[in-house]
Amino acid sequence: MKGKGPILVVDDEEIVRDSLASWLEEDGYQVETAPDGPTALGKMEQRAYPIMLVDLKMPGMDGLHVLTEARKKQPDAAVILMTAYATVDTAVQAMKQGAHDYLVKPFEPEELSQMVGHLTKDQALRRENILLRKALRRQFQFQDMVSKSPKMETVFELARTAAKSHSTVLILGESGTGKELLARAIHSQSQQKNGPFVGVSCAALAENLLESELFGHEKGAFTGAVSAARGKFEVAAGGTIFLDEIGDVSPKLQLDLLRVLEAREFNRVGGSQVIKTDARVIAATNRDLKKHVEDGQFREDLFYRLNVIRVTIPPLRERKEDIPVLAEHFVSLFQTEMGKPLEGISAEALELLMAYDWPGNVRELRNVLERGAVVAHGPILTALDLDLSLPAPSSSKGEPADSLKEVERRHIVASLRQHNWNISRTAKSLGIDRVTLYNKIKRYQIREDE
Amino acid sequence: MDGQVILLEWIGKRAIDDGLRDRVRQQIEAAFALPTAFRVANEPPAETLDPRRAQRSSTKILRWILGHVPPWAAKVVGVTDADLFIPALTFVFGEAQVGGLAAVVSTARLTQTYDGRPASFGQVEGRLTKECLHELGHTFGLVHCPEAGCVMSRSNSVLDVDRKRAAFCRDCRQRLRELKEKRGE
Repeated sequence: MKGKGPILVVDDEEIVRDSLASWLEEDGYQVETAPDGPTALGKMEQRAYPIMLVDLKMPGMDGLHVLTEARKKQPDAAVILMTAYATVDTAVQAMKQGAHDYLVKPFEPEELSQMVGHLTKDQALRRENILLRKALRRQFQFQDMVSKSPKMETVFELARTAAKSHSTVLILGESGTGKELLARAIHSQSQQKNGPFVGVSCAALAENLLESELFGHEKGAFTGAVSAARGKFEVAAGGTIFLDEIGDVSPKLQLDLLRVLEAREFNRVGGSQVIKTDARVIAATNRDLKKHVEDGQFREDLFYRLNVIRVTIPPLRERKEDIPVLAEHFVSLFQTEMGKPLEGISAEALELLMAYDWPGNVRELRNVLERGAVVAHGPILTALDLDLSLPAPSSSKGEPADSLKEVERRHIVASLRQHNWNISRTAKSLGIDRVTLYNKIKRYQIREDE
Repeated sequence: MDGQVILLEWIGKRAIDDGLRDRVRQQIEAAFALPTAFRVANEPPAETLDPRRAQRSSTKILRWILGHVPPWAAKVVGVTDADLFIPALTFVFGEAQVGGLAAVVSTARLTQTYDGRPASFGQVEGRLTKECLHELGHTFGLVHCPEAGCVMSRSNSVLDVDRKRAAFCRDCRQRLRELKEKRGE
């Protein structure tokens, strides 16, 4: 019970201050006293007083004046005016100026007891409500994905709807935004959840290898095909097949995929037997697929077959409000995984994370935090633990912003230099996979000698 | 702590009933597991009296008591038949220093029934015991207890005093034990 309050008693009479303080202390309140208005206002600079008992008639600054100034400093403070000279006018004026109530001296012990008791309860409830509201403040979750962003709420909502259907889902978003995680989440909430989830990275393999990977092959279908093998579509029977980087698929395979989506059947490479598939297809790409269609690089009919339910995950830089919640999520994850007593992240470190543009999105954030969690010496991850010494691309103030592509290119070059052009390490630090990094190096025509 | 005795100091105008005194002392001793001593002190100084209100200031009496605490006393509870007040309130049953040395209790409002008739010996004894335990509890560091039946619950009227028991609740007993241990008593 000790430690309620603190209550500030302002009265020019020492005996009133001391006796009221003593009386309130018996109730377990922390009490401070001030002999006049200026002293009280000075004290208010130092700490918050949820309740103030202020004498109305004091030499110099009177109670109403103290009330006005106190409300400017701490609008939440409940000021109870005490007066021996109560008039209706005074009472009206006091209430108009925002006094919580007033007491006419001498007042019954019960009156003060109840007034202060009720106030304390009300204030505790209000604080509780604020805390509750904070806790409930729109934190969205979909399986393992957490977010505070309304944009992501829409994504999760759409994903939930998608999970209930058997329709093909197309997930769009930059590298590292969590396309596969979302696909897995959709799968685990779908009717096929007890079936397998089979992922294929379409950009990682050459055309013929990918064909065999997807559809399988018969013995002798090509050199090295010493035995027949099932493809991913067969493996995914009764479950979900996740076609990552669908935008990088060759025109021939696009046609094959179109057939699968239209007829739900395919042939193994070198085979003549038609194999039926009931695997649910979720495709993803970081490419602008519509533009690829316009450029003739991607089949329009396949695009429309894939584009039944389209979910676009916004990049992390467009939902920076997610950084604290994601950071907390990952730190708690690493605490469990690493068995390290990690409690959180320092304000400075969080500031650094918030200032950064995250071209590698959530994956890059995760990697930076994972590294931080490994090297951290204490329970709190500090700015020094985070390998984010590179200037944030968006931090240049007053200058026109570079295009996103220029910024991304510059950031990749800097990362490559930092890691002595080691592709694996650079890709890891950027939170993207090696293939994506190679693609970006190619696309941005980055050379080692620059 | 210098002393190991709780001093019950009568500072009333009239004499205290011997039986009442002894019963209250016994119950204080049982509750705090400390011996008690009794003495009659002089009447509090005139400055403690507010002639306009015909009441004595509990805060001023407390200050006066603190000015003459014998070194052998662990705690002092002054008991007066004067009606006590603090300037902002109409009356108080008593006042204590929370975690301090002294307390004061008034019998003025304990000796009557709700309708103004004289209270019985048993009623007065029970009430005075409760108020002494309550104020002494404060001096040991206890604050008001939310448990209505506990002697440390706040009393704003004689009805409140009558409603509570002359005993500490389990939580307050535990807290009292901890506070005494902390202070090496």
